[in-house]
Amino acid sequence: MSDPVNDLLGEEEVAIEATLNGRPLKRRVKARQHLADFLRQELELTGTHLGCEHGICGACTVLIDGRTARGCLTLAAQISGKTVDTIEGLTESGKLAELQAEFIARNAAQCGFCSSGMLLTAYELVSSGKMVSRIDIREFISGNMCRCTGYHAIVDAVEAVIVGQGKT
Amino acid sequence: MSANARSATGIGARIPRRELRRLLSGHGRYIDDIKLPRMLHACFVRSPHPHAQLVSVDVAAAKRAPGVAAVFTAADINLRCEPFVGVALHRPGHRSAPQRLLAAERAVWQGQPVVIVVAESRAEAEDAAELVATEWQPLPAVSDQLRAIAPGAPVIHAELGDNVAFDFSLEKGEPAKAFAEADIIIEEEMRFERQMAMTLETRGLIADFNPGDGSLTVIHAHQSPFQMQEIFSRHLKIPEHKIRVTTPDIGGGFGMKLNTYSDEIATVVASMLLGRPVKFCVDRLESFVSDAQARDHRIKCRIALKNTGEITAMEMDDLSAVGAYGMPLRFNVAEGMMAITITGAPYRFENYKARTRSVYVNKNLIGMYRGVGMPLACIATELLTDLAAEKLGVDTVEFKRRNYWPKASLPCLTPGGQKLESVSFHECLEKLVRLMGYDALRKEQAELRKRGTYRGIGIATFCEQTAYGPPYYGPSGASISTQDGCTLRLEPSGSVRCITSLTDQGQGTLTSVAQIVADSVGVSSEQVSVTGGDSAISPYGGGAWASRGTAIGGEAALRAGTMLKQNILALASAITQTPADALTITDSQVINTRTGQAVISLADVGRIGYFRQDTLPRDFDVQLSVSTSFVASDKMYYMANGVQASYVEIDCETGFIKVLGQWAVDDCGRIINPLLVDEQVRGGIVQGIGGVLFEECIYSDDANLLNGTMADYLIPMSGEMPDIVLDHVETPEASTRLGAKGIGEGGLIGAMGSMWVAVNDALKPLGAKVRHQPFTPERILDALARARISCGQVKAASHKPSA
Repeated sequence: MSDPVNDLLGEEEVAIEATLNGRPLKRRVKARQHLADFLRQELELTGTHLGCEHGICGACTVLIDGRTARGCLTLAAQISGKTVDTIEGLTESGKLAELQAEFIARNAAQCGFCSSGMLLTAYELVSSGKMVSRIDIREFISGNMCRCTGYHAIVDAVEAVIVGQGKT
Repeated sequence: MSANARSATGIGARIPRRELRRLLSGHGRYIDDIKLPRMLHACFVRSPHPHAQLVSVDVAAAKRAPGVAAVFTAADINLRCEPFVGVALHRPGHRSAPQRLLAAERAVWQGQPVVIVVAESRAEAEDAAELVATEWQPLPAVSDQLRAIAPGAPVIHAELGDNVAFDFSLEKGEPAKAFAEADIIIEEEMRFERQMAMTLETRGLIADFNPGDGSLTVIHAHQSPFQMQEIFSRHLKIPEHKIRVTTPDIGGGFGMKLNTYSDEIATVVASMLLGRPVKFCVDRLESFVSDAQARDHRIKCRIALKNTGEITAMEMDDLSAVGAYGMPLRFNVAEGMMAITITGAPYRFENYKARTRSVYVNKNLIGMYRGVGMPLACIATELLTDLAAEKLGVDTVEFKRRNYWPKASLPCLTPGGQKLESVSFHECLEKLVRLMGYDALRKEQAELRKRGTYRGIGIATFCEQTAYGPPYYGPSGASISTQDGCTLRLEPSGSVRCITSLTDQGQGTLTSVAQIVADSVGVSSEQVSVTGGDSAISPYGGGAWASRGTAIGGEAALRAGTMLKQNILALASAITQTPADALTITDSQVINTRTGQAVISLADVGRIGYFRQDTLPRDFDVQLSVSTSFVASDKMYYMANGVQASYVEIDCETGFIKVLGQWAVDDCGRIINPLLVDEQVRGGIVQGIGGVLFEECIYSDDANLLNGTMADYLIPMSGEMPDIVLDHVETPEASTRLGAKGIGEGGLIGAMGSMWVAVNDALKPLGAKVRHQPFTPERILDALARARISCGQVKAASHKPSA
């Protein structure tokens, strides 16, 4: 039953150099390891969650070169030469502070499992600087599944940040 | 919102949850985030067949694979665990075959665990699992309940003789006579496909058996650590006091993480065999074939009325497919029993007849999931009464006003056996009618219909049994505790530490408990820390399920707070030489109520109580830790209630349904934290809408799951969900000091009812009806086709885009 080709593929390693949460990262990664597993298992950055590992739920969302990406559909090897930001880094830098405050005030999270991905997706929207409607917000975050809140409070929170930006 | 707010952060305060800063910054600690020293990882080989003889299993190659610590089959695992028999003793005739952890000679559902592989990493365990060679001889399988009870159907457990798990009937009054004498009879058949809870975090646990002292510690993403402690002890023969079950942050439960799972227990056995910690986290694809599922019912129901508008009788006949075994401890009769006993509950009538049957099929087990059978009761009742109102020519709201149990008739026992005491159907309905602008919406609906736009309004009234008491679970034979407990300790610095038996999967219960403790002691809730979900350290308790956490655990917290306050005041009295009955505590200060002056701070009370007992009168008994438990020993449940409305539009060309609005008025008794209550309702509503419109485990006739990925099993995403407008009625539960009832399930129950009615209301002018959930575009188009209405012609006559 053993397949020598597949056995080899699993163990093959690739050298990567990237910027992770503002700091340089130089590692050898398993060729088959996806980015979310790499972050969680190798770097112990467990704030990025895995809900489905087939690209649907959005829990593993990270930013790659400033754009949202699925951590489960990206191989760790693919981040070489790129900038990756996770919930940990964006929290530490304060870039998510406004969104986090609005989410907390409205209880726009219950179990919290979707929240890292949801916040990063929302961050991509609010940092675009566009004034958008509630419908646009709903559309923009519709790739992130939340099973607890019913979305209404999340939309309220994102809207509050966008409206706040418009005033400043 | 609440009229009962006592302090800025206490009962009634709309304050954010204490866990959120941590959870929203990536600092949560969920089960798969946790690593223990020498920890191994498990994965399972599962049956690919719904029903098959296991001819052979060859694990030799898997055992040699890199990183593998062990590969166990049924021969290694099953004898270590007493089999489960998921039978409710209080339901005579209920039966199940014994369930063992791993399939030995035969598998009876697709996904049943067969082999457990334990390795240094999950990836290595999965690689090795690929090398396990199983040979199967497929057997005839049955998926549908009607087929399962038909003559000649494959019998899943030969020792039972047939596939019927449970058959129960009840009759009240003279239903046959009432139907014979009725002016109006409306009869419907409904079908509800299987659903999943689909928590975003899958199930998981880390089992850590210590061979040094024979103790077992399990970190378990489970709603009831005490339930699991009892199961591990009873079934694995470990003394109960040597078991500790703790809960990490949990990524959603919804009842699904309350059930007992053979793969989780097998993981514990693996840890016992290996003497090392073993982690098992279900991956998403195996969650589809291993998480307890819900619904899967076929229901026939009817209602009898007089021309005067009076309901004279109802009937329910429920037939459900409950999977291959009885769910241990939580049983598979609950959905059917709730469906038939709660049907009709908000309405006054006297004659009732009902039957429920649970049937074994070659599918995964049915277990607890939000709402259980209550949505089915709500849907049947509100569909029938809405149609009845139409037939009578009475507006549906007016029909409800006339037919709800009048306030003066309370308390009462419904024909289905529901005890109604402090329900508020009329108040909720009147608030809802105002909230949604009912009359204006009806006008808009009528106007748009003339222009070929088909909108529907649905209103659904529901009863929500919350916080089951020992009269329910006690006689069942299951070791399910319906009490909860609370330990409070004044810290030397004057703050309060609370240890509750409750758990929290996102509801915010621990914040509510802090608010209750804060008010009952006399501090702000910031001064109270709350720890829950640890079977070793708190008083015994049930945990978070059946919408019970705040109602039961909150009452225990209130009582513990009152006790601690008395003890603090006794000490303060001794220190300050002031009579204790002249003292109270406000904002962490002991106040002399006669002078209004602060006499000592809690920080000073704590300091003296712990470090300067030498200054106290001789023999003064300092007790600054208290524990108490609460159980509603004579209560079957606290009955919450509410009314919801949906406004939908149907696209007759595509069959798509757009939800334009949703309104809800809920009465969950005293509201401890309106923010958390609102979000429980909203979250429940969206799950309810998902159930009606999207969610379906699709099985082939021979019980193969056809849509076992998240790409294929549709769940509600933000884009298709409406804003949700809420209001509340607060009728406190009279039997407790706190007065809280539950709120966890009402959102879902009411939304499923209102969506069923609204969609069918939209279809009425087209002569169509849909009775098969979920209401997929295909089923809507089929319904329209069946009604022989050419929507194209109707719309072509005067088509205008909708508002």
